[in-house]
Amino acid sequence: MTRSRLISLLGSYGVVLALLLLILFGWARYDNFLGFFNITSVLRYNSMFALVALGMCFVIMTGGIDLSVGSTAALGSVVAALASSHGAWIGLGAGVGAGLCVGLVNAMLVTRLRIMPFVATLAMMLAASGTALLFAENQSVSVSYESGFTSIGQDNFLGFPIPAWIAIAAYVVGWVVLNYTSTGRGILAVGGNEDATRLMGLPADRIKCLVYLASGGLAGLAGVILASQFGAGQPIEGVGWELFAIAAVVVGGTLLTGGMGSVGATLAGVLLLGILFNVLNFENGKGWISLSAYWQSVIRGLFLLVVVILQAKLSRSTLVAREH
Amino acid sequence: MTDTTRQQRLAKPLDPFDFLARYGTILALVLLILFNLAFTRNFATMQTLNVNLTQVCTIVIVAVGMTLVIATGGIDLSVGSLMAISGALAPMIFLGKIVPIDSVGIAVVAAMVISVGVAGLFGLFNGWLIAKFRIQPIVATLVLFIAGRGIAQVMTNGNLQTFRVPQFQFIGLGRVFGVPVQVVLMLLLVIAAAWVLKRTVFGRQIIAIGGNERAAELSGIAVSTVKLVVYTISGLCAGVAGLVVIAINSSSDANLVGLGMELDAIAAVAVGGTLLSGGKATIVGTLLGAMTIQLVRYTLLANGVPDAAALVVKAGIIVLAVWIQQQGRRT
Amino acid sequence: MNDDILLSMTGIDKRFAGIPALSGASFAVGRGEVHALIGQNGAGKSTLIKVLTGYYRRDAGDVAFDGKPFEVFSPQLAQASGISTIYQEINLVPYRSITENICLGREARHYGLLDWKRMHKEAETLLRRFNVRVDVDRPLMEFNTATQQMVAIARAIGFSAKLVVMDEPTSSLDDREVTVLFDVIRQLKQEGVSVVFVSHKLDELYEVCDRVTIMRDGRTVKTAAMTEIDKIGLVSSMLGRTINRAEGHATAFSDRDEKKIGKVLLSAQNLSINRTVQDVSFDVRSGEIAGFAGLLGAGRTETARLVFGIDRPRAGIMHYDGQQFDPRSPADAIAAGMGFCTEDRKSEGIVPEMSVAENMMLALMPKVSKSGVIDEKAQRKIVERFIRQLDIKCSGPDQKVRELSGGNQQKVLLGRWLAMNPTLLILDEPTRGIDVGAKGEIQSLIKSLADRGLAVLMISSELEEVIEGADRVFVLREGITVAEFDRNQATEDVLMSAMAHGNAPRIVEAAS
Repeated sequence: MTRSRLISLLGSYGVVLALLLLILFGWARYDNFLGFFNITSVLRYNSMFALVALGMCFVIMTGGIDLSVGSTAALGSVVAALASSHGAWIGLGAGVGAGLCVGLVNAMLVTRLRIMPFVATLAMMLAASGTALLFAENQSVSVSYESGFTSIGQDNFLGFPIPAWIAIAAYVVGWVVLNYTSTGRGILAVGGNEDATRLMGLPADRIKCLVYLASGGLAGLAGVILASQFGAGQPIEGVGWELFAIAAVVVGGTLLTGGMGSVGATLAGVLLLGILFNVLNFENGKGWISLSAYWQSVIRGLFLLVVVILQAKLSRSTLVAREH
Repeated sequence: MTDTTRQQRLAKPLDPFDFLARYGTILALVLLILFNLAFTRNFATMQTLNVNLTQVCTIVIVAVGMTLVIATGGIDLSVGSLMAISGALAPMIFLGKIVPIDSVGIAVVAAMVISVGVAGLFGLFNGWLIAKFRIQPIVATLVLFIAGRGIAQVMTNGNLQTFRVPQFQFIGLGRVFGVPVQVVLMLLLVIAAAWVLKRTVFGRQIIAIGGNERAAELSGIAVSTVKLVVYTISGLCAGVAGLVVIAINSSSDANLVGLGMELDAIAAVAVGGTLLSGGKATIVGTLLGAMTIQLVRYTLLANGVPDAAALVVKAGIIVLAVWIQQQGRRT
Repeated sequence: MNDDILLSMTGIDKRFAGIPALSGASFAVGRGEVHALIGQNGAGKSTLIKVLTGYYRRDAGDVAFDGKPFEVFSPQLAQASGISTIYQEINLVPYRSITENICLGREARHYGLLDWKRMHKEAETLLRRFNVRVDVDRPLMEFNTATQQMVAIARAIGFSAKLVVMDEPTSSLDDREVTVLFDVIRQLKQEGVSVVFVSHKLDELYEVCDRVTIMRDGRTVKTAAMTEIDKIGLVSSMLGRTINRAEGHATAFSDRDEKKIGKVLLSAQNLSINRTVQDVSFDVRSGEIAGFAGLLGAGRTETARLVFGIDRPRAGIMHYDGQQFDPRSPADAIAAGMGFCTEDRKSEGIVPEMSVAENMMLALMPKVSKSGVIDEKAQRKIVERFIRQLDIKCSGPDQKVRELSGGNQQKVLLGRWLAMNPTLLILDEPTRGIDVGAKGEIQSLIKSLADRGLAVLMISSELEEVIEGADRVFVLREGITVAEFDRNQATEDVLMSAMAHGNAPRIVEAAS
């Protein structure tokens, strides 16, 4: 029991520890690592991933998975760009709305047609990507610069990038929902034991619908930021985002089988993976070594490997604990 | 009791879902061909056949391994990345970037064997994670999905490797009696796998594990070993497919080789009628499934529908196929 | 008197796929009464409870609860109207904290947000009634099964229940915990809460219950005050046997020729694993049918799993064919010459999507193949032979096994092991869920196999099957072999008495 507790502690705080160590390492080694410019650019860029990972985190906590987030973000960016000429808020709403639509279809496929989440969202990954390409006519869609849409992604508020504010707000809301509402607890309960949850009288299907909707909406929001940051809707962006998100969620200690997870640790996971890339850039800048950017996915995979093996050991030691 | 059995048997042919689950794919394929014969210009030509076959080849080669994996109740997301690894490794060997080899023949053979073997080893690694640690396949293979492409990119530093080595490119560009070599390769693999699945002890064990792992174990089947082998085979198939792709392109780009292949392969398997939850698999179905998806795309493109819309249609086909399967099983 | 009745169920019918699970069952519980509900596996207790808690919808019958007709068809609503259930398998969420497991579905709120402080306190208060003092903020999985069970009970009681249904609540508790639980039950009773108590441990019933209802084959066969019925009476009602019943054969096991029994093939001494198997010793000889009798939870299946290498014993030794035997996996046991027809055909036996032939060949396959390639002809021959011999009703070797009836599926599984030409066959409830005709066939088949020299270890909950079929009977009670009887000694009376009391004099064999 103590061992499982140790591993579960490692699971929840290990990522935070690793993040702190990495930041410490960067601060000690590179001059401008904790400089204003570097911090804001890291945050600005990674806020999109943070949003996608938050949605993914909720889906995974129910024991599901959402492979469609990357192309949903692409769709969101295209739709937002197309709508941006009508005003920044309309652009924002349209992008999020597009994401919600994808989320709704996912939710229906999973809860009504009872198609495995992995297959359903895989199909929606194709469908969303196809729709994005159709809307965009196979090219980037420039956003309207008059409506102020670009300030969503590019401007600062109180000296801090707006996307970062959005991500922080989303995580605060996500944290409150998860920890202080019955829906939030229901999400974890469904992932932990769906039958028991039904017997306890919680609306399992409604909870599952909600998480896919949330994931779609957040991916749409990430798409809005993408379009606004780069000044164009990008129908072919978002490839591999779902895997980045899954990796961040898992590195954050959320159990891939569902039932256990943390919003805060997911954020730490996103930052850890994001800053890793940042550190690599700095390291190359120093000229001592030249680790290419490609190393980041190798390292990301290694991280995932370690966490996944730890998780497997954790769930096995709990099995043993329960037998005795 | 025997009465109910008889009733079930009598009632069966009337169940439309069961019928569709069994014959839906071949029906769709026939309808597509008929449609094309009627409406698509220049459909009944050797060239159309070749275009479609070459495009479907690599998908089928990967999907053969995927079918075996899915038959055990697993999944392999890493196939695309493994293609990239083998595709990156082979040119490095036959171009003599690692060790200079004088004879082109030896270099090409070494390149093929080593790169496919390395992909197989990575597949073995997947199997090890799944059998030893009992990690869900989708998660275990996610590791190499992410890291695998990175490894390929690191190996080549992300650079495009171009080459012109006819001895090697024979597998992508050559012809045997007018049939493209990769088509021959694909057919050989399909036949071999279908034979293994149907006629060998190993094949039966695969299906038994996917159908009821507990029962298989209680019948003395070495479940872990079978899983190890199956994931290794999937890795080997991906390795071969990687070689074919770079041979066709005369170049290897670690960023692109095999990108999205896992989706195409899974889609082919699902549409072909293999149960995604395991326990029932058909290699020929996978071939038909891949051809159906390809032909849908071809039909749409040939009739002026944009490629993007074809993606949406493909998504619909996958969902429909899986849904029909589930309905058919419920009775 | 009528005012004292809290729950009454009459004429309850429930069918699954046309097969009746309950037919005209009735059940009544008084206010503040602790009422035992007992019966064999498949007697319909669980179905009755699930009908009561709204998990299943009844096909016919009336239910009145608290003076009103009860038309509730979901566990949530049943809970809301005062019926709480603790299911046999702990139905909680292991990763979540104890507080959540107790309070999920009726959370305390504060400005719309969860009030954790109050919920923790509520959980602690509830658990304190059971003398359980734990950190309620820790995940449930960190605690032992007993604590988990207590949490389940606390959850049920916390719902201000009028009726608490406990489905085998003590199966995972140790003696001290059981005492605590009984105190709680008595306390509930004082507060006017009724308890339905399902258990197979007969002693417990006398300790805590007021009345008992006995079910068999989907019917209610008897309701009596605990003071009016003794253990033998309970067991005989459960098994449907009256003591000193008229002679005559109820099974297809006709007289066996005992001369054919050979030397000891498998012997096991003092096997133990955990609470389910504590001290089991037995032996089986070639050509002999050895029977395992006992109530549900006596450790019979668990012992068979040890023999077949599925689980590994913590203590005890086994010998097989004169050599020490320590199987690490089913493959080891199979290699040694064993076969095991499990009780749960569906989850451990058949591979539903495979054909009759493929299912039958599953274990034998490697032996009927040349360098990995299946010898179809040879296999076909074997399969056809067994289909004929076992009289399996199917359209042919290629029919999917899931399309067969239960009896024929069982024959396919028998065929799977017989094809191996084993020396020992373990049969766990070989005739459960099989219609009468097929039952007789399987029984005479088992007999003829033993006549041909096969050693058979047969677990059965049907007394007549053990008495008429087995050459020797070992009685297990709460994980211990409490008695061994020869064919001539094994009568229903002595078996039932051993199953109930477990203190019948143990006949020690000179051979061991």
